[in-house]
Amino acid sequence: MIQATGLTHFYGPNPAIEDVSFGVNRGEILGFLGPNGAGKTTTMRILTGFMPPTRGKVTLDGYDVVEQSLDVRRRVGYLPETVPLYTDMTVTGYLRYMGTLRGMPSRNIKRRIEDVIDVCRLDDYRSSLIAKLSKGFRQRVGIAQAILHEPDVLVLDEPTIGIDPIQVVETRSLIKDLGKQQTVVLSSHILPEVSMICERVLIIHEGHIVAEDTPANLAERLQGTDLLEVEIGGPPEEVTPAIREIEGVASVRRRSLANREVYTVRLLQGADVRDDISRTVVARDWSLLSMQSVGMTLEEIFLRLTTDEEN
Amino acid sequence: MRTVQAVAWKEIQIYFSSPTAYIVGLIFLAMTGVFFARDIVQTQANPFPEASLSGFFQGATIILILMAPALTMRLLAEEQKLGTIELLLTSPVRDWEIVVGKYIASLTFLLVTVAATVYYVILLVIFADPDPGPMWAGYLGLVLYGATALSIGILASTLTSNQIVAAVVAMGILLVLYFTDFAAGTLTGLPAAIVQEIGIKSHFDDFDRGVIDTKHVAYYLIVTAFFLFLTIRALESRRWR
Repeated sequence: MIQATGLTHFYGPNPAIEDVSFGVNRGEILGFLGPNGAGKTTTMRILTGFMPPTRGKVTLDGYDVVEQSLDVRRRVGYLPETVPLYTDMTVTGYLRYMGTLRGMPSRNIKRRIEDVIDVCRLDDYRSSLIAKLSKGFRQRVGIAQAILHEPDVLVLDEPTIGIDPIQVVETRSLIKDLGKQQTVVLSSHILPEVSMICERVLIIHEGHIVAEDTPANLAERLQGTDLLEVEIGGPPEEVTPAIREIEGVASVRRRSLANREVYTVRLLQGADVRDDISRTVVARDWSLLSMQSVGMTLEEIFLRLTTDEEN
Repeated sequence: MRTVQAVAWKEIQIYFSSPTAYIVGLIFLAMTGVFFARDIVQTQANPFPEASLSGFFQGATIILILMAPALTMRLLAEEQKLGTIELLLTSPVRDWEIVVGKYIASLTFLLVTVAATVYYVILLVIFADPDPGPMWAGYLGLVLYGATALSIGILASTLTSNQIVAAVVAMGILLVLYFTDFAAGTLTGLPAAIVQEIGIKSHFDDFDRGVIDTKHVAYYLIVTAFFLFLTIRALESRRWR
């Protein structure tokens, strides 16, 4: 549905994102997780055609975001981080205006306004001025406008920021429901939120994608189990049991990458076996080609992420 | 076309429901009324008054320097302040449709305000025998002049998210264009002619005399188109910042 390759965007001399590539399948809920300033908003703005990337290319349903911007924009519903509302309009007046801008026929607009008011539970506020609405209700109006024209893709930038906990729960279940029919891309800096809603998570940090996984796997990687990725030159059938014997190793998994053998070593909590591994390898006259701890870098990023519910 | 209409209609509704626009309109009517009266009432300073709208037209060109920026300052600056520009630019709407829609709205409000001055004409017809030529030509000139001033205002509003800055920038540009006549006086030859031709006011005076010269009509239309073009470009450039 969405295919982004090599996205780079500069604000002045500094890159906000660099070489970001990802794909989103139809009907999937993809989450961008990262601390503030990681480049989430920049990515979303490129996806929605608000600004072109300095380098790179995004296609949405086969349409290029820069070259065929209008076709893309017709298919996307967007909720920016600061919910953009005309505060001097009423809820229905605003939705009607947004519908017209999206080129919906007026008969459709009427029907869809009723639908989204129902979905977002705005019935009691349909003729209230937006200026008089609380933050949570404004957020609902923002979501209502994003889904009004039944877009194929929904892009939601920090959809639960700054609203009270009960509304956060409601908003999350609303997004989950929407994700049953639509492709959803959302961003957040709250780990549990993304795990709750998304089927797949991209972790973005300082403009780079540093991890991509299902929420369950990510959570596991974060629960303190450390992972080592070790590349060893030696007979695989001997290497695997030898490493497994080392004290502190929980499990070993082998992957073959173009004639190279990479072993993912899961460690028991707090264990550091790097020294033991290198000794073992040298003692058997194999070659130790590389060793890096995978958990460590992620951990650093997550220190900056909010892991509890309060943001 | 439907989106231009939608944008224009929304802005027109805001004009006619906001106190700011009414205050601006009232000030315009009050001030031009003073200019109008001063020109047709016999006083020591003005011993032989003429039944014409010349006083009103001359005054209106000055008032418009203040009024046009006040009408246009909100149009795009507020969208940038509220962040709604992000929604507007990610809707399937072309940049020119946004600019033209908003421009049409401001022009509509100006036309309504100018239309309210028709009672000056009625007064003159009842109490005197005015020459209709200069009146209609003057109105045409005033609308063209106002249209140009609004196009400068909307450009300034695109450049900043601060309405006050937008208004001040537009007033600055208008003042410079208004007073080029004076500057032309200090020059000679070709530079003088060029400076004279650039001025927004020097093209107005023939209308006031009852002359509709295509040269002047073309000047206002071209300058308006030029500033609207710059506005569209400025809006596009927002995407690259």
